[in-house]
Amino acid sequence: MTNTPPTPLLEARDLHVEVNGKPILKGLSLTVNAGEVHAIMGPNGSGKSTLSHVVAGKPGYTVTGGSLLYRGQDLQALAPEERARAGIFLAFQYPLEIPGVNNVYLLKAALNAKRKHLGQPEVDAFEFLQLVKAKMQRMQMDEAFLSRGVNEGFSGGEKKRNEVLQMQILEPTLALLDETDSGLDIDALKVVSAGVNDLRSPDRAIVMVTHYQRLLDYIVPDFVHVLADGRILLSGGKELALELEARGYDWVRAQDAA
Amino acid sequence: MSTPELNAIEQAVASKYRHGFVTDIESDTVPPGLDEDVVRLISRKKDEPQFLLDWRLKAFRHWQTMTEPNWAFVKYPPIDFQSISYFSAPKQNKDGPKSLAEVDPKLLETYDKLGIPLHERARLAGVAVDAVFDSVSVATTFKDRLSKAGVIFCPFSEAVKEHPELLERWLGTVVPPGDNFYAALNSAVFSDGSFVYIPKGVRCPMELSTYFRINAANTGQFERTLIIADEGSHVSYLEGCTAPKRDENQLHAAVVELVAMDNAEIKYSTVQNWYPGDENGVGGIYNFVTKRGDCRGKRSKISWTQVETGSAITWKYPSCVLTGDDSVGEFYSVAVANHHQQADTGTKMIHVGRNTRSTIVSKGISAGKAHNTYRGLVKVLPSAEGARNYTQCDSLLMGPGCGAHTFPYVEVRNPSATVEHEATTSRIGEDQLFYCLQRGLSAEDAVNMIVNGFCKAVFKELPMEFAVEAQNLLAVSLEGAVG
Repeated sequence: MTNTPPTPLLEARDLHVEVNGKPILKGLSLTVNAGEVHAIMGPNGSGKSTLSHVVAGKPGYTVTGGSLLYRGQDLQALAPEERARAGIFLAFQYPLEIPGVNNVYLLKAALNAKRKHLGQPEVDAFEFLQLVKAKMQRMQMDEAFLSRGVNEGFSGGEKKRNEVLQMQILEPTLALLDETDSGLDIDALKVVSAGVNDLRSPDRAIVMVTHYQRLLDYIVPDFVHVLADGRILLSGGKELALELEARGYDWVRAQDAA
Repeated sequence: MSTPELNAIEQAVASKYRHGFVTDIESDTVPPGLDEDVVRLISRKKDEPQFLLDWRLKAFRHWQTMTEPNWAFVKYPPIDFQSISYFSAPKQNKDGPKSLAEVDPKLLETYDKLGIPLHERARLAGVAVDAVFDSVSVATTFKDRLSKAGVIFCPFSEAVKEHPELLERWLGTVVPPGDNFYAALNSAVFSDGSFVYIPKGVRCPMELSTYFRINAANTGQFERTLIIADEGSHVSYLEGCTAPKRDENQLHAAVVELVAMDNAEIKYSTVQNWYPGDENGVGGIYNFVTKRGDCRGKRSKISWTQVETGSAITWKYPSCVLTGDDSVGEFYSVAVANHHQQADTGTKMIHVGRNTRSTIVSKGISAGKAHNTYRGLVKVLPSAEGARNYTQCDSLLMGPGCGAHTFPYVEVRNPSATVEHEATTSRIGEDQLFYCLQRGLSAEDAVNMIVNGFCKAVFKELPMEFAVEAQNLLAVSLEGAVG
């Protein structure tokens, strides 16, 4: 162990964010280090999705106070695509459909954008296809997926698998999962969770936003945070999720007010 | 359209006139204006037989009784037809740039983006071709192959001399001289164009394109194309090039006639990228074109595929008259309008014969302040027992200042007919764009990808090399449209 702690992957300090002039995050602080898995829970409208969107750089989310750093660098200075190429990946709650654009085409374009950023040559077409096929098998996706449009006509579960597939191929440094468990049946949840667990590694961090303890049975977090009223009100280990499940969020609010 | 544009047209017309005046007034250019003498002069200059002169004069007299159509969803100041010069011989090599070094760098930059090979760039830019590469031998090679197959493919003016009997028989049988205002004008003053005849049972051994017919690359703004596919023959024809022309601010009124006899098939692909005017809507081509195919024979097929990205105004409805029983008409179109461009385009499918089928797939993209209109007619005559049509008409909007309009006309006079119409209008959403950005794509790549996906159903109808060029062209046309 050295004396100086390593630079966190993600560090929010007293972060304030507005959407359409309305304050959503009001002084959120959070530190995520490499190798950690964090779960962010909280009631509806607490700002959970806002946090993942502001980290990914979605237009319309304005930082009005505090700071937001990725590997010590101010994220505000980076465009969304630059953040993506630097290793930030957002698994969308509602993945978008892009009719007529082939799934594999988007995947390849995304991977090559990242490789270009890293000064690497474009991926070999044959090797890439082999890689995608292997990962698809892992995600239990049908081969027909290869020829389909991006999320075009996919079921909710297929879209979520596709998000994790993209994540497996792009191998992000910081993965943000925005309610990746919503709309999944138990079998799909297992597959998706296994796909996420594959990515656990000492130099990568995963931040999951979720409503339900259920997901955390499969992807066991190192830290659980309660986000309510735009702030982290309480943080703890994985056992906190069970307590929340038993006692609800009002208990946390009451404790915070006390 | 604003007054500056009218002025620009006048200027261009004037400068063209002045240009001709200085170089070789007596032989190359007639002064602006149109009367019977001008029509006679054009015919005489081209050494035409009497029947063609009579045909032109008849068209001209009819044109004088007609008024410009005003039903299209486009706006522009009145055109002064007497201010246009109707005969200007093709530009001589000495007028053009001598090498690529003399060509506008902006134009070269565009070629670069389109990925056009170097030797081709020179030709497109109007560089004297013989100074750059051996165009003659290239052209001759193809001519040999074609004539061995019995295919006639030549400039219209050459067909007038070599095959007058074919012309007399077929000319104007699909688009009659008095069909509409611009077709009548074209019939009176057309300068040159292409003539194609595919004999019975012949499958044309190569795709025909104006690229190979270098000698007629500089035909004027009133060209005329006539393609005849005799019984059981097959031909694929590619029109236009994917690069901007130097010529600006002019009226372009072409006529294309296709005839398909029994079991014949014609595939006609166009990539149109005339000068669209600048970002402020100044300048650009008025593209008023009449294109029609007659499926005259049983089980014949005519397929139009067009990618329209250029022109200040596009007024164009490639159509099929399905005369023969069991004949098939198809129309696949991508029309892009950016900045101040206006496009009013679509098709007409006229079902005459029994069990005739037609398919229409139209993709309109609007950006900037542009307006893009689909206008289509599906007409089923009482004789067309069992006729079927399927129409799909999709519009994509980019940004808040543009518009998309759809005018589908359906006239069914046979109860056994089946006519389907599907239409959608969508917007490139911020969310869709953000999704792509979040995967690391640049905004430009993301827009191109989304637009190409939107057009996929049409692009897959294009010959391979053309499809690639069309995609690149779309990217250039929509540069800066989003983000």
